[in-house]
Amino acid sequence: MKVRFRGERYYLREIGVAWLCLAPALGLAVVFVFIPLVEVCYLSFTNWDLLRATKSWVGWKNYEYIFKDQKFIQSIWNTLYFAGVKIPLDLVLSLFIAVLLDKRIRGLRFYRASYFAPVVIPVVAASLIWVWLFDPGLGPLNQILGLFGISPSRWLHDPASAMFSIVLFSLWKGLGYDIVIFLAGLQGIPPTYSEAASIDGAGSWNIFFKITLPLLSPVIFFVILMGIINSFKIFTEISVMTPKGGPLYSTGVIVFYIYQQAFENYRIGRAAAASIVLFFLILAITMVQRKLGRKFVDYE
Amino acid sequence: MRKLWWVYVLLSIGLIAMLFPFFWMVLSAFKSNADVYVYPPKWFPSQWNFDNFKRVFEMVPFALYFFNSLLVTVLVTYGQLFISVLAAFALSRLKFPFKNAVFMLIVSTMLMPFVVTMIPVFLIVSAFRWIDTYQGLVIPSLFSGFSIIFLRQFFISIPQDLQDAAMIDGCGFFRILFQVILPNAKPAIATITLFNFLGEWRNYLWPLIVTNSTKMRTLPVGLRYLMTEGGGEYHLMMAASLMAILPVLIVYLFSEKQFIKSVAFTGLKS
Repeated sequence: MKVRFRGERYYLREIGVAWLCLAPALGLAVVFVFIPLVEVCYLSFTNWDLLRATKSWVGWKNYEYIFKDQKFIQSIWNTLYFAGVKIPLDLVLSLFIAVLLDKRIRGLRFYRASYFAPVVIPVVAASLIWVWLFDPGLGPLNQILGLFGISPSRWLHDPASAMFSIVLFSLWKGLGYDIVIFLAGLQGIPPTYSEAASIDGAGSWNIFFKITLPLLSPVIFFVILMGIINSFKIFTEISVMTPKGGPLYSTGVIVFYIYQQAFENYRIGRAAAASIVLFFLILAITMVQRKLGRKFVDYE
Repeated sequence: MRKLWWVYVLLSIGLIAMLFPFFWMVLSAFKSNADVYVYPPKWFPSQWNFDNFKRVFEMVPFALYFFNSLLVTVLVTYGQLFISVLAAFALSRLKFPFKNAVFMLIVSTMLMPFVVTMIPVFLIVSAFRWIDTYQGLVIPSLFSGFSIIFLRQFFISIPQDLQDAAMIDGCGFFRILFQVILPNAKPAIATITLFNFLGEWRNYLWPLIVTNSTKMRTLPVGLRYLMTEGGGEYHLMMAASLMAILPVLIVYLFSEKQFIKSVAFTGLKS
């Protein structure tokens, strides 16, 4: 049976099948995404405290509180520090290794598989290994650095180096992923481009910066975007390696702050306000990146 | 042959750095107390003993953690795949009013990370009385905007002719999905399955929030509490980590090609 709707013709049966197929997904999305989003907005304006069971409208009070809370401000800086240090290091290292792997070497599969191995293992298990590696006295990291005459660090136990230690861990954990993406990108570039350039007398540096890099720009852009968004969601390694947020809260990130407020202090209102701030931060980054993406990325 | 020796040197230095933590974990899982608490650190156990593994099982219900993780991961992976395939089918292959609006709605969920909505999700789950249950661990993870959109993009690239031909032969919509679309979408299905499996196996934040009792903990949560409640003995943690990592690593060794393909596939698609 056919029906007309806004000038289009549809089959009634097809409409039925379509909504039947969509029903489970939409139902779950409503209950576990859309309603929670509305609710988190609402909660951020209440003083709900799970311990005292109070719940009344308090206006902007939670926002005033968190923006005066030294820990929250620090958690934003810590998150930015993490992203700002990790992403450039990750980009340079993974691109460099991908370029090396792309040089038609023997044992490519072995190298690639080894670099990728940390990606597949669970974050918690990996973090437990690194807690020991980082141990200032019992861990091997200081011992190895000592062989090269580098003075020992207190790693996770020093506010000056704790976040950097987390960055090191997370570089190790995620490098292989970006290497594989870059390698696929590099292998997708037809060799004719660089062959033509080298016939014209271009050196390998010139070929890399003038041909390879621009052709790779969509992939680089993707890696940066995912890097930033994932940095704002970082929680697991922080919670395992520094269960209290590190010395002087030096590794307390935004999600960690939200978790503590909600599930350790039971201050739902404040946690909800911090969640809304996080939401807008991620949204703003996505929007800015989208604009920049249209401008700078070279899609041939 | 060009001289590439420096490439091998650089790659091998990187390789050692990447594999060293694994090496340390494996060696340390067999160390005794006396090997751990010495300075400078000892790299090799003075005697290979298997006591650490036994003690992990005595301290915590490790087998139960493992079972919980496996059950939750399998249910979430295949449940989410089923729901996503249906939704992606409707969004790519069927014609119905408000299709575009539904599509945009699902795309918009990708802008709402779970960390933002986790508090209300927790409250809703507790209103259902699902705290500390398998339902609570599984059901909120069954929807994934990313899976749906990813599958839809792939389904759309399957030629319409195939569908039309099947329609003329009298195939219903569900037969088209299962006999025309799915057999042609194997790479996408494999990728999504692999990602969801890995993602769920390591999932930490949600199980941490939604479980209270020891018997409901999944492996990542159990490992974490082993550190804080188990006195944080390094060699025991390494034995436990090794047992948690080994199954994933074995699967990886046998299907490494599929892993690499899947990552490259999604990276370049998005």
